[in-house]
Amino acid sequence: MISMNGKAALKTLGAATAMALALASAAVADGHSKVKVGLITTLTGGGAGLGVDIRDGFLLGVKQAGDGGIEVVVEDDQRKPDVAVKVADKLLQSDKVDIMTGLVFSNLALAVAPATTAQGKFYISPNAGPAQLAGRGCHENYFNVAWQNDGPHEAAGATANKMGMKKAFIFAPNYPAGQDALNGFKRTFEGEIETEIFTKLGQTDYAAEIAQMRASDADGIFFFAPGGMGISFLKQYADSGIDLPLVGPAFSFDQTILPAVGDAAEGVLNTAQWAPDLDNDASRAFVESFKAEYGRIPSIYAQQGFDTALLIASAAAKADVKDTDAFRDALRAADFTSTRGDFRFGNNQHPIQDFWVRKVVKDGDIYTNTAVEIAIEDRQDVYAAECKLEW
Amino acid sequence: MDLLLLIEQILNGLQFGVMLFLMAAGLTLIFGVMGLINLAHGSLFMIGAFAAAAVAGWTGSFLLALIASLAAAAMVGALVEITVIRRLYDREHLDQVLATFALILIFSEGTRWIFGSFPLFLDIPAWLKGTISLPGGIQYSLYRLTIIGIGLVVAVGLFLLISKTRVGMRIRAGENDREMIGALGVDISALYTLVFALGAALAGLSGALVGAIQSVEVGMGEPVLILAFVVIVIGGIGSIKGALAGAILVGLTDTLGRTLLPVIFGAFMEPSAATTVGSALASMLIYILMAGVLIFRPTGLFGRA
Repeated sequence: MISMNGKAALKTLGAATAMALALASAAVADGHSKVKVGLITTLTGGGAGLGVDIRDGFLLGVKQAGDGGIEVVVEDDQRKPDVAVKVADKLLQSDKVDIMTGLVFSNLALAVAPATTAQGKFYISPNAGPAQLAGRGCHENYFNVAWQNDGPHEAAGATANKMGMKKAFIFAPNYPAGQDALNGFKRTFEGEIETEIFTKLGQTDYAAEIAQMRASDADGIFFFAPGGMGISFLKQYADSGIDLPLVGPAFSFDQTILPAVGDAAEGVLNTAQWAPDLDNDASRAFVESFKAEYGRIPSIYAQQGFDTALLIASAAAKADVKDTDAFRDALRAADFTSTRGDFRFGNNQHPIQDFWVRKVVKDGDIYTNTAVEIAIEDRQDVYAAECKLEW
Repeated sequence: MDLLLLIEQILNGLQFGVMLFLMAAGLTLIFGVMGLINLAHGSLFMIGAFAAAAVAGWTGSFLLALIASLAAAAMVGALVEITVIRRLYDREHLDQVLATFALILIFSEGTRWIFGSFPLFLDIPAWLKGTISLPGGIQYSLYRLTIIGIGLVVAVGLFLLISKTRVGMRIRAGENDREMIGALGVDISALYTLVFALGAALAGLSGALVGAIQSVEVGMGEPVLILAFVVIVIGGIGSIKGALAGAILVGLTDTLGRTLLPVIFGAFMEPSAATTVGSALASMLIYILMAGVLIFRPTGLFGRA
């Protein structure tokens, strides 16, 4: 009998809590309706470090925006396109989110973003920027806060020119972002391409490619190998005794993987829209608060997540998310102080921004990046011209 | 492509093959002796790498790290065999696949809890760094050469263990007729635990060796696991000799395919198309090899009908 009473009491308590919660959210909903964001990112398995940083950066941004006007539902995609699609369906159908964000990998974004925008909801990408969604396939409800994929690679091409590279050995994994990478590099690189290779996605052994580098007469190497692939390549390259200069986008030199690479990365130039020591107030404040909250230096992924949250908060302050047209206009205005400095959207709703050359340095025991100079200024992706959006 | 580069690529293929052998040997033993499909074998590879990275971080010694990888993987292997795997021997393969798949998820998340989401640092020790000159003027990584050496020593050791010792005799007997060997008074469950721990230790060692030149991260075992299955299917399930032959074959095919195919296609296609077609075909090559072997020898190269 006692247990029965206990159960009944629990039930009542549960109901009371639910009512209290409903009351609380009703109170917040006063004025603009609450913005509900579904954040799908890679939180388990390989590549989880990147997703964790996007999530932490995003949640920090939401927290700093204050006012409780943004509610976030976090889900894990396990880096699998089918899981991402399933979770996206759940977020759209049963959680009824207004905005989706979070995906790290282009192949997953290509599966989820079109499905989201087709249902009249917003997808705001904090990382993946495949060419397919920037050109003819652009959509009025698809925004990218990070970059179109080619951007960092175009900056790497410009950097290679400056380094005096004449014959480049270039490689990238064989998937949408890898193809964008080589295209981006070749667009700005003025020298000759000595060898061009597509490696397997997720490849962990680069002995065969390194042997080809040794045999080639290239005078420099451009590579795109995000996450664990970059760790593997850099360690094996450092052990190979080849001393050709390396250049690449920041994905292989990021804060999430530098500790695992160690001294093999020291001194290498890499390109991104941001560096932890960038000289502006917003960036300094972000790095300080991120360190205080999570006890580590933020990566570019964390920075992108943070900027995404700021963008959503800036739009939510201006317009009601249920009024899609007004909210879209508010997003397009990009009325927030980006941690990367100047930031505005092009007509395809991808950023027009500066890309920086960064250098891997050892600061005490910690490897990190320092901003060297601007690689290309005010860069807009080339696909924008193919996008029919007008605003 | 000149001869030196070709020889270097053959060495790379050998090294890759030897690494696969360390994984496949345990897998094929476990399947051969216990009839168990162990999907969690890749997790043991990961556990070896993480144990090595942790111990190398504390002590700075690579040898201790290798010992730790063997010990940790063997211990976890024995523990899992006693608590979970033992209940699966009489079940169907589908049940085994389900249960060991669950183990993958548990091990991955467990590792992430303990070590965090970010990759760990594990480096080649100073005394194995750099390259050495081989006859003919080839510069080859000392560390990769060491991996080849360790792999071959393990292969010989395993061969002797199976063919010359009492334990090996029991393992072979267990493969042939598990009920009879039990009836003869051999403690079959202790034998199973031993075989499982041995297979696990080899996977752990392989993880540690590879971890020094790759990324030590959660989920690092699964891609290797798939290749290891290809190896034992090609070699013949249950055969150590088959695992060695299959592993070397897969290692060489993959490495040489990756480098030669784009060159071959380049002879009659424009360079960028040759790269795309060549690398696409290269990633299929080992599966084509597997299909080819199975057409002519359905039980694998060294498998028994």
